[in-house]
Amino acid sequence: MDEHGLRNLIGKVKSGRLSRRRFLEMMVGAGLTVPMAGHLLLNAGVANAQPAFTYKPTKRGGGGVVKLLMWQGPTLLNPHFAVGTKDQYGCRVFYEPLAGWDANGNLVPILAAAIPTVENGGVAKDGKSVVWKLKKGVNWHDGKPFTADDVVFNVEYASDPATATTTIGAYRDVVKATKIDSHTVRLEFKEPTPFWADPLVGTVGMIIPKHLFDAYRGSKSRDAPTNHKPVGTGPYRFVDFKPGDMLRGEANPNYHEANRPHFDAIELKGGGDAVSAARAVLQTGEFDYAWNMQVEDEILKRLEAGGKGRISIAPGGSVEFLQFQTTDPWTEVDGERASIKSRHPTLTDFAVRDAINLLVDRQSIQDHIYGRTGVATRNFLNNPQRFRSPNNAFEFSVEKANRVLDAAGWKRGPDGVRARDGRKLKFVFQTSINAPRQKCQQIIKQACQKAGIEIELKSITASVYFSSDVANPDTFRKFFADLQMYNTTMPRPDPGLFMNQFVSWEVSTKENKWSGTNNTRWRSDEYDRTYKAAQVEMDPVKRAALFIRLNEILIENRVVVPISNRPVVAALSNRLRAPMTGWDNDVFLLKDWYREG
Amino acid sequence: MGQYLVRRLLIAIPSLVGISVILFAVLALAPGDPFEELATNPNVPAEVRENLRAKFGLDDPVAVRYVRWFGAMLQGDWGFSFASRVDVDTLILQRLPTTLAVIGLSQVLALSIAIPVGVFAATRPYSIFDQLANTLAFVGFSLPTFFTGILFILVFSITLDWLPFVYRADIAETGWRWWWVHFQQSIMPIAVLGLFQGASWTRYVRSAVLDVIRLDYVTTARAKGLSERAVVVKHALRNALIPVVTLVALQLPTVFGGAIVTEQIFRVPGIGSLLISAILANDTPVIMAVTFVFSCLVIAFNLVADILYGWLDPRIAYR
Repeated sequence: MDEHGLRNLIGKVKSGRLSRRRFLEMMVGAGLTVPMAGHLLLNAGVANAQPAFTYKPTKRGGGGVVKLLMWQGPTLLNPHFAVGTKDQYGCRVFYEPLAGWDANGNLVPILAAAIPTVENGGVAKDGKSVVWKLKKGVNWHDGKPFTADDVVFNVEYASDPATATTTIGAYRDVVKATKIDSHTVRLEFKEPTPFWADPLVGTVGMIIPKHLFDAYRGSKSRDAPTNHKPVGTGPYRFVDFKPGDMLRGEANPNYHEANRPHFDAIELKGGGDAVSAARAVLQTGEFDYAWNMQVEDEILKRLEAGGKGRISIAPGGSVEFLQFQTTDPWTEVDGERASIKSRHPTLTDFAVRDAINLLVDRQSIQDHIYGRTGVATRNFLNNPQRFRSPNNAFEFSVEKANRVLDAAGWKRGPDGVRARDGRKLKFVFQTSINAPRQKCQQIIKQACQKAGIEIELKSITASVYFSSDVANPDTFRKFFADLQMYNTTMPRPDPGLFMNQFVSWEVSTKENKWSGTNNTRWRSDEYDRTYKAAQVEMDPVKRAALFIRLNEILIENRVVVPISNRPVVAALSNRLRAPMTGWDNDVFLLKDWYREG
Repeated sequence: MGQYLVRRLLIAIPSLVGISVILFAVLALAPGDPFEELATNPNVPAEVRENLRAKFGLDDPVAVRYVRWFGAMLQGDWGFSFASRVDVDTLILQRLPTTLAVIGLSQVLALSIAIPVGVFAATRPYSIFDQLANTLAFVGFSLPTFFTGILFILVFSITLDWLPFVYRADIAETGWRWWWVHFQQSIMPIAVLGLFQGASWTRYVRSAVLDVIRLDYVTTARAKGLSERAVVVKHALRNALIPVVTLVALQLPTVFGGAIVTEQIFRVPGIGSLLISAILANDTPVIMAVTFVFSCLVIAFNLVADILYGWLDPRIAYR
């Protein structure tokens, strides 16, 4: 089916001549996945089917206290300074963005009156501007009205380098934010921006009040008293905060949505470890919710048998993957190890990378290590579904790997290790210290041994490995080894910034103090071209196709070996009803949380 | 005495400066970055991290940073935490009441077990009570707190479901109910710490009392016809306490420092848990402040112990 035919069909659905369901069936027949077809309709301005979650309470309050447990508590409450997800959770209790991302990676309006689209005139056809209409009748917790001025202020505040916000990345392409009327704001972008929904949305989009922060811009930002006593628009009002320990809030009696919130108060307790947090929700029921369950699935299953709670698994984009070095990490060129002027002596042979790809036993890693918390995958880009490659066939075969290496002329030496032209297949494989990762390393090492590849394992303390310490040779950005494995996160449902980890201008080198995100230092004209095209392509279907292509380039060229796709795992009490998502905070719809019966 | 105090305090100054230099150097040499979490987030450009490092002065040479820290400290400015951007003294004061209550009570519990049990066991050496006390003391200090803590949670929270195992410093209750909830949640951490400490102190008290109870002056006191109680409390115990006081005085600074492991298990928001999260986050100002205050306390309590000796044993003079 060509593009023209597609557009005709979408037109028919719009005018009611074709049912939504029939359209989806036809698309699936044409080889598209259901969510991708659904997304075609959404982008073309056809309303999405209602999500499964329904909010039952018929009045505000009366739900008692809801207790959240985070094994790392929030330490600061200004969303523009949030260092990690823990802080973003704390901020989200009080502050709200214009819209959030649901489990399918679609926008849900929160402070916006509606989601802008090309059809309703919100998004400019050239992708260079977007107009947000704000919800009316929203008040800050101190009674002042929420208006377009606040939104404009947030854009200015976040993009001022002197303020040193952590959200600046989302706002640097915004040239100008203008107030059109009291409840309408227009954002203008430098370039056509297909992912216009980054600023003011989700974790980076929480809006802080202008009247309380205006005097504290730039270098004075740390002095704002509201940094620690937030005044937001959210369902709960601030009561008390002890950094890293306890955050308390009470129901906002003037919340801008009817019958919400259900709970009278909220408590967010920090500290401890993940396993006992799981226990407090699943086994003893002391708490209603615990975040980020980095716990072996076997233990979670055992605790779930306690019957007080359940595990919620929301698909996300995080991927645990193996990287191949493309430069030579063992010799210095111009005083730099792994310089892009060098080439890796053995890993630059496709056959070697292909063989290792066949030697990673993804299914066993899922079955024996990660369980539900790490789904075996062939692809680097796994979610949202509209960007997922239809091909997810992976294989584990020692014989095949042996055949590939034999065919490429890698002969086994007397010590069982393969070599060609005097170069041995001996690799150093590094990762961070973390029990499941060390098990993974073992599984890969053993399989490689059977194929005549010798692997030396190296594990580095996480605080060193993931640091940006320029003086330390063991960081993941320097990647002074042959292979490395870690988990890369995808905090937004748009793959733009996720897929830039392989573009040539992001190569991590001495020159940029190893701050580039391309650690493999792999470079490809085709990849660069496709990436640039995707960054300005306004047609969502074509854009999705470009990202799928990017993923294919990575996989076909064996640049990386994806191992498992890690969803967002939380523990919930059996009676708690809460919509979860892998593309925003778990508390993104805290207003809708309620306790049944 | 006054002169002695002044001299001791003056000697303390160079040691404190030395301690602070070593602490600062070790922290500066240790790998890590307070903005590490930003490094793995693809949405945060690298400039953000560099900008923050520059803003907080992390890129300056160690010596410059130390002088800046020391100068501010002299003026009573403890700096602010990189993780929360709250002033360090506020953070410590927030955690102090819980620490003092939980750790302080556990030390009181330890003493109130160690002294009577130790004395009683020493006055009846090798009796059944002594054997029993000895065995239990050995068991007590052989079991690490992380083990007894988890054991207590398993028994009292999970199996019996009597006590909560997550400590909450802010409780939205009033009156008797407030006391009750606090009592319930504090029992386990206090017991875990107190029993561990009590067990080892019992051994010390017992051997110290055993050393003096057979001395001639105790026999004389008995011969004078003093009651057994007066003999033990006034004559034996007072002399036996000197080594015990040293131990306890050196132990007291940890009341401030908190108990890292136990606080982590029960999520007690004390200074120990503040320190451990600051270490994990490479939050230098907080680590510096907590460890520095801690070393000040160690020095101060050493002095207190020395002065207490004189009160317990007037033969010790200060020159």
